[in-house]
Amino acid sequence: MPFAKHLCRTLKSAFCVGHGQRALTTQAGKAKRMNLVSAINSALQIVLESDPRSYVFGEDVSFGGVFRCTTGLADMFGKHRVFNTPLCEQGIVGFGIGLAAMGNTAIAEIQFADYIYPAFDQIVNEAAKFRYRSGNQFNCGGLTIRTPYGAVGHGGHYHSQSPEAFFCHVPGIKVVIPRGPSQAKGLLLSSVRDPNPVVFFEPKWLYRQAVEDVPEDDYAIPLSRAEVVQRGTDITVVGWGAQMAILDQACSEALQAGISCELIDLQTLIPWDKETVEASVKKTGRLLISHEAPITGGFGAEIAASIVERCFLHLEAPVSRVCGLDTPFPLVFEPHYMPTKNKILEAIKASVHF
Amino acid sequence: MAPQISTLRQALCTRANASRFLASPSLSRTFSCSAEEDSTPFTVDIAVPFKGHHIEPPPQVAETSPKELMSFFRDMSRMRRMEIAADQLYKSKLIRGFCHLYDGQEAVCIGMEAALTQQDNIITAYRDHCTYLGRGGTLPEVFSELMGRKDGCTLGKGGSMHFYKKENGFYGGHGIVGAQVPLGAGLAFAQKYEKVKAATFALYGDGAANQGQLFESLNIAALWDLPAVYVCENNHYGMGTAEWRAAKSPEYYKRGDYVPGLKVDGMDALAVKQAVKFAKDHAITKGPIMLEMDTYRYHGHSMSDPGSTYRTRDEISGVRQERDPIERIRKLILLKEIATVADLKNIEKEVKKEVEDAVAKAKESPQPDPSALFSNVYVKGYGSRAFGCDRKHSSAVLP
Repeated sequence: MPFAKHLCRTLKSAFCVGHGQRALTTQAGKAKRMNLVSAINSALQIVLESDPRSYVFGEDVSFGGVFRCTTGLADMFGKHRVFNTPLCEQGIVGFGIGLAAMGNTAIAEIQFADYIYPAFDQIVNEAAKFRYRSGNQFNCGGLTIRTPYGAVGHGGHYHSQSPEAFFCHVPGIKVVIPRGPSQAKGLLLSSVRDPNPVVFFEPKWLYRQAVEDVPEDDYAIPLSRAEVVQRGTDITVVGWGAQMAILDQACSEALQAGISCELIDLQTLIPWDKETVEASVKKTGRLLISHEAPITGGFGAEIAASIVERCFLHLEAPVSRVCGLDTPFPLVFEPHYMPTKNKILEAIKASVHF
Repeated sequence: MAPQISTLRQALCTRANASRFLASPSLSRTFSCSAEEDSTPFTVDIAVPFKGHHIEPPPQVAETSPKELMSFFRDMSRMRRMEIAADQLYKSKLIRGFCHLYDGQEAVCIGMEAALTQQDNIITAYRDHCTYLGRGGTLPEVFSELMGRKDGCTLGKGGSMHFYKKENGFYGGHGIVGAQVPLGAGLAFAQKYEKVKAATFALYGDGAANQGQLFESLNIAALWDLPAVYVCENNHYGMGTAEWRAAKSPEYYKRGDYVPGLKVDGMDALAVKQAVKFAKDHAITKGPIMLEMDTYRYHGHSMSDPGSTYRTRDEISGVRQERDPIERIRKLILLKEIATVADLKNIEKEVKKEVEDAVAKAKESPQPDPSALFSNVYVKGYGSRAFGCDRKHSSAVLP
């Protein structure tokens, strides 16, 4: 498929270290070409190897999972450490909280982010508040919930949702979203080791599409640090996850039209790196945020409000948001609903010519 | 249509078989088309015994007629053909997204329809193509919806997992596993409140049987004596997980605990009919009851699942040979000489043509208009505003 190849090339050129941004902290420096699935698998393997009290569980993870992220782990580490759960999201997360409360590293998989809602109560009312309400006697910091999110082209209502905004409204948990294989591995390792419960959204569209050189050893990408993927002067463009690939294409085309975009990957949504975005907007004077989730109440709204508060006098144009529409995720209308490259390009131009 | 077997042979066979199998006056023995109109009742023994939990099972016999058996055969053949056609359409990428096929399980919905009216409600999960047909849906509506076209039963907006037919008491068509069960309790409550002498059948699978919300709704239904029947379509695999690996107790008919339950051979349409009739009476007069339909699906969980990595091909072909619901009815029809082999083949041919015509018709249906993206988010006129990228032009009030 030509699009996939182009996408891979684009991703490769956008994210390779030679662009002068902060390099990944690795020791040995040996890298291997991996897709997102293999990168996550590699991270999980490192965790299971280095932490004897770590467990990976969820629906169908034992044979490798529906997306193959957990392939081979049950064979390597045993069925008492990598195991299947019955079909009960609330049970899975609740169980994970309990396991983490006893000092273990619990990595729970929710098969699709669309199914996470039965577990919402456990995440919001139990996981997020455990440390706070017990006066730091107890905590479930060892809990990491991994779940694939985002559109794939034909997923329909219940295999395409981006529910990150719901979780960003909950103090006490962290929300992390990688944009590609090397970020995914580093961010997952940081998330698992972070002493707070983390919800880790994996862009399922990129599971096989995104391929790049990923360091084979143990490395970490710090949480709550946004990454400036591309430097620019005219407008700050902020996104995360799968949308970064689309934003990257839009920014390249904008450059051809003479607009220099500064592209930032937020990576951690809460607590988010306000300073990096603020510094960028103070330089460019314009901000565009893009995400797949519906526009109203999406996380872009929080970024917009915070930046307006902090950078009001520096802004040359209203903050622009190019997001999914305020409808349930549609079936055949996905191309209309999605924040496509053309919609973003149009908005970049509108902002620059305001 | 001329008779396919000689009258003499017919008479001999009738006499030979009559005493063994018929409990009431002999059947008229002519062509299949008159068999399709012959409502003379007779009873058939149900082979696999019912198993009751906190309840005395119904008698091991079912009352039926040539007309009913012929309609079972025709309807189940139509359902089978439809699912096979859907498989082919999916492989040729005309159907995209998710497609969960029901072939193998046809006896469950056919048996249910034989015992129910359209005043009874049925609500099920995503394996709903045949349930929809059973509830009065048509083949072109099914194929149009599967291909996301305007003439689909849900106007092309729902897809495979979201078929509905409100006027016939079919409440869908749900994607999230187990979520439809509490809805079923609510439907039953409404029926009781409105004093409608009917019941609600909430269907779910062996995978969903471990969902918490099912037990919450079971408690509510039992507490308030709702006319709710919980039907577990146990095809033994929740996606790729065998029932014994997911459930401590795979005896799903017993999981209701304080709610009585009945285990039924779900590949026998007459057994299903008998059990559902019994369950409906119980639900209306006494309160909730749980049914476990022991059934099997030939396809994998969905079209992305080959269905052979977690079970052997021998197992699948074994079930096909020994327990196939359509073959069972075919054998019964031939045994009772209600119709001949050629008659049944004709019906299969007719059904195949029906399905092909429906597919062709559905292919001509256009995709929904893009404005349908915004319709029915809220009640018409109460929507929110949607903006284009620049927030100045192209703003619209959602219809």
